[in-house]
Amino acid sequence: MKLTALLTNAAMVLGLATGVAAQDKTKVGFIYVGPVGDGGYTYQHDQGRLAVEEHFGDKVETVYQESVPEGADAERAITQMALNGADLIFTTSFGFMDPTVSTAKKFPNVKFEHATGFKRADNLATYSARFYEGRTVMGTIAGMMTKTNKIGYIGAYPIPEVVRGINAAYIAAKKVNPDVEFNIIWAYTWFDPAKEADAAKALLEQGADVLMQHTDSTAPSAAAEKAGNVITFGQASDMAEYKPTPRVSSIIDDWSPYYIERVQQVIDGTWKSTDTWGGIDSGMVAIGEITGLPEEVKKAAEAIRDQIASGELNSFTGPLNRQDGTPWLAEGETADDETLLGMNFYVEGIKAEMPN
Amino acid sequence: MIVLEKRPQPSRNWSLATPVLAVLATMIFGGLLFAALGKNPVEAIRTIFWDPLFGEFAFYYRPQLLVKGAPLVLIAIGLSLGFKAGIWNIGAEGQYIMGAITGAAVGLAFYPLDAWYVFPLMVLGGALGGWVWAMIPAILKVRFGTNEILVSLMLVYVAEQMLASMSLGLLRNPEGHGFPGSRNLNDYAAANSWIHQNAGLHWGVAAALIAVIFAYVLLNRHMLGFHIRLTGEAPRAARFAGVNPARLILFCLGISGALAGLAGLFEVAGPAGQITIDFNIGYGFTAIIVAFLGRLHPVGILLAGGLMALTYIGGEIAQSQLGLPAAAIQVFQGMLLFFLLALDLLTNFRIRLHKKEAA
Repeated sequence: MKLTALLTNAAMVLGLATGVAAQDKTKVGFIYVGPVGDGGYTYQHDQGRLAVEEHFGDKVETVYQESVPEGADAERAITQMALNGADLIFTTSFGFMDPTVSTAKKFPNVKFEHATGFKRADNLATYSARFYEGRTVMGTIAGMMTKTNKIGYIGAYPIPEVVRGINAAYIAAKKVNPDVEFNIIWAYTWFDPAKEADAAKALLEQGADVLMQHTDSTAPSAAAEKAGNVITFGQASDMAEYKPTPRVSSIIDDWSPYYIERVQQVIDGTWKSTDTWGGIDSGMVAIGEITGLPEEVKKAAEAIRDQIASGELNSFTGPLNRQDGTPWLAEGETADDETLLGMNFYVEGIKAEMPN
Repeated sequence: MIVLEKRPQPSRNWSLATPVLAVLATMIFGGLLFAALGKNPVEAIRTIFWDPLFGEFAFYYRPQLLVKGAPLVLIAIGLSLGFKAGIWNIGAEGQYIMGAITGAAVGLAFYPLDAWYVFPLMVLGGALGGWVWAMIPAILKVRFGTNEILVSLMLVYVAEQMLASMSLGLLRNPEGHGFPGSRNLNDYAAANSWIHQNAGLHWGVAAALIAVIFAYVLLNRHMLGFHIRLTGEAPRAARFAGVNPARLILFCLGISGALAGLAGLFEVAGPAGQITIDFNIGYGFTAIIVAFLGRLHPVGILLAGGLMALTYIGGEIAQSQLGLPAAAIQVFQGMLLFFLLALDLLTNFRIRLHKKEAA
């Protein structure tokens, strides 16, 4: 018998078996790219998992696997969860996309949700947060606070999500400080405190006095604290242990309401494959407490946050040109989601080169 | 007082017994570790060693053992030849990456042509990529006397940068919405290394088995194999016997590079599917451990590769089923290697209780 058939049958048998048991217990699985103790991105997803457990109590059982490499091993991790009777599986990193797609094909009765990707199926939904809206707030603070006019930015991988964040931060910083410059270092990892610390040190040596990061650990904040007179921002999680400085604010991913909603839908049998992209207005992206900054900077940042939440301000509003000078958005025009989702260019003014 | 006394000959019995003892010691101390973490140690050990082979979902895990073990065995066989001769290729990870890149590039160049010769050409490309990458330390060593350990290791980091560049540039999927990574070769039938995906069989598994047989014959029945062993055990004697050291270096590094390149190609055209920035997950380094666990013997390497694969797969099951942290599994794997190497002492030394004599 072909494995697909075999797996499907196994899944169906399990589906029946758990179907009986599932009257009172739904099994929800989470695949994490980092350790749950990373203090950032994965930590925040795990908070969502714990919120699900707390909300549903005995009705739901959760399982997770941490530090799953993005590659051939991911598919096995996901398959294993499906085999063991998970009804709903969240795969929480971009690199899990193709493995999630092929596992979803083998288990038509299991629901899958992939974070930050773009491939969907009847039993595979996608979800992400508009982290870039938070970048607009952080970029404003960065532009106002920098004295050297140099802002260091640690990127994980040059994927649209990260590029979008760099652009949003740059546009906001430039608005309040036309002389601002961005230095960008790619770490090629989501979580590696040693590499992130090295990148932070290199940026500080280049004269940056504000560090932004799109990686998951607190290492850049630790490096900034050691160097002194440098500010940083919490990424994905509040990173409150570095309050009031160097961490002066943060972009917090709050997955709990979404996870609870989706689990409820699975229990009710109303789950559908959807594409969710929530921002500050929906609460999926929150701005952490602003600390250790002058009052006017704090006020300005909060104003930007509130304008984004009310829809008054869009992070990408024209006139904007691409890095090579070609026009992108006309005066007053805002970016469409499709361009944002596939963004692989810098806006005009960023001097760094996109890696290729 | 306890003293170590060197055995005149390595003990054959101990050589066979230590792997078993090491596994037992790992079970005991690993069990203690799991107990300290508040898990049932018996259940944890059973999950790691028993479930992948005989558990409820063994029909899925057994093929996965092949998938996980094949690249380890294939690379380790190549490395063992050099290690036997005292030629240290530490950069198999880099050769693995380069083989995957060149092999995948050949396949992607033909996309979407459906012809029987696409895959064989990819295999050649993969072997060639790994071979060329290994030739760099080989030629530098032969020509300038550089240290092949350092050069081959440093080239791993160069290869990683190359991998990132390829994922973002030349090999990027034109239909990938700006995301890094090549096309998925699993969607391109002519460039696929799967023989029977459901059974975990791909050409890399076949190649690993062929490599084991090939290495066994080479070492035991062939002059070149004799030269390799002789160079490792008695370099001076080897020189008198007319062994050309330069040629041996080129051969050993070349063959290990080509096999690592092949492993990379089979992986990218099968289990991994695409060239991505994170394509390599350390098979090239783990294979060094597998080679030594297997005592540089082809059959031993086959068994060691299987054992490593088992701890990986079982470890993953334990993580998601019992909620063990990933780090605890790594410690467990580390213990296994530690006990193996530590108990290895008994093969070459015997322990004597020595009465202290009055001075």
